[in-house]
Amino acid sequence: MKTLNRRDFSVDFGLTLAAAILLPVTTAHADDTNMEVHIDNFVFQPPELKIKVGTTVTWTNRDDIPHTVVSAGKFRSKTLDTDDKFTFTFTNAGDYKYFCSLHPHMTGMIKVE
Amino acid sequence: MSGHDHGDHGLSRRKVLECMTWAGTGVLWTITGGVPRSLGIIDSAQAATAAAPGMTFLQISDSHVGFDKPANPNALGTLEEAVNKINAMPAKPSFMIHTGDITHLSKAAEFDNADRIISQSKLDVHYVPGEHDFLDEEVKFYRERYGRGTKGAGWYSFDAGGVHFIGLVNVVDLKAGGLGNLGAEQLSWLEDDLRGKSKSTPVVLFAHIPLWTVYPEWGWGTEDGGRALEYVKGFGSVTVLNGHIHQVMQKVEGNVTFHTARSTAFPQPAPGAASSPGPMKVEDAKLRSMLGVASINFKQNEQRLAIIDTPLQG
Repeated sequence: MKTLNRRDFSVDFGLTLAAAILLPVTTAHADDTNMEVHIDNFVFQPPELKIKVGTTVTWTNRDDIPHTVVSAGKFRSKTLDTDDKFTFTFTNAGDYKYFCSLHPHMTGMIKVE
Repeated sequence: MSGHDHGDHGLSRRKVLECMTWAGTGVLWTITGGVPRSLGIIDSAQAATAAAPGMTFLQISDSHVGFDKPANPNALGTLEEAVNKINAMPAKPSFMIHTGDITHLSKAAEFDNADRIISQSKLDVHYVPGEHDFLDEEVKFYRERYGRGTKGAGWYSFDAGGVHFIGLVNVVDLKAGGLGNLGAEQLSWLEDDLRGKSKSTPVVLFAHIPLWTVYPEWGWGTEDGGRALEYVKGFGSVTVLNGHIHQVMQKVEGNVTFHTARSTAFPQPAPGAASSPGPMKVEDAKLRSMLGVASINFKQNEQRLAIIDTPLQG
C-alpha cells in the first residue's frame, strides 16, 4: 500500500510546483487563446498559469472524486464529476486565486496580463 | 474469515496495519456507567451485544451512494451488505449515527437509493452531512430530507441513554487553503447548547471531517475544531466520532476519545502513503477479499489502543 512516503511526496510536489510556475511562461504565446488546467490527484496542474486578456481556460477533472473550481466573486464551476470540464474566459487583467470548495487545500492561480 | 484470520489477541501493530484494508460495516458503541465504549465493528461486536449492559448505538459512514469507479463499482451494494449485517445482529442497537457522505454527487436518486437501503435497518438514524451531500446547486436535498429540526446547515443535539449527542456540520463555507470549518454561528450555538450541562454528562460529538488535525496536507482536519473541543474540555467523558478519511484511526487526549470510522464504499490511503487521498483501487478479483471488519478495543484509562481487523472473506 505504501508506494510513496511523505518526504518523497513533498519533494516531488515542490519540484512540480517550481516547474509549473516556469512552464506557462515558455508555453504561453501571445496567440494562445485557449489554455488547459487538469485536476489530477487532488492537484491543479499547472497550479499557476500566466495568460493574456481574452484567454479561455478549461479545467478538466481527471480524478475519481468530484471537484469544483471557485474564485471568490469571480467564477464558480458546478461540481465537476470525473472528466467534466469547466471553462472561463478572462476579460480583465489581474490575479485570480481559486480553489476547490470541496477540498480547500487544493488551490491555484491564474495571472491575467 | 478463513485464510486471513489473524486471531484476536497478541497482534503486532505492524500486522494490524498490514491488514487495515477496505470498507467496514459499522462501529457498535455501548454506554456503560454513562461512558460510551466501542464494542468493535458489527461482526466482532455481535457476541458482546447480547451481554452489553445499557444502551448500544451504531455508527456508519461514507456510503458514497452513486460512486461507480473501479475502487468499488457498486457502493450501493456494499452499503446493503453493511445493513444486512446490522439486521443480523442478535440485539438491535437503539439507533444509528451516519457521519456523512451518504451520497457521492448529492443527486436525488442517490439520496433515494441510500434511504431505501438504510431504512431496511429499521433504526432511527441521526445524520450529519459530508461535503458530497451538499453538491446540488441549491443545497436543498440533504436539508429537506434530514434537516428537519436542525439549526443552520444542519447541526443539532439530542439526549439518549444519559448521553448528550451533538451533530456538527463542518463541510460548509470552506476557505481556500483551509480545512473543515464549523463557523462562528455554529460555535456559539454549541457553547449555548453545553451551557448549564452538568460536567458529569457524557458528551458525544459527531461530524463528518475529523475535528482533530489528522493530516492537514490532505485537508484532514477542522480549522476551528479546537474551539469546539475547548467547550467540552471540562466534561468528564467526551467522545468524538467522524468519517471522511475512510479508515480506522483513534486517539485519546485527556478525557476526549477520537474515533474515525471506515467507509462502506471504498478505502483511502493512510496519510501521506500515496500522492493523493483519492480512492484506493484494488483488482476486481481481490475486491471481496479486501472487504474487512475491524474491532476497536478501547480500554478506559489506557493510552494503548488495539485496532484489530478481520476481513470478511479470505
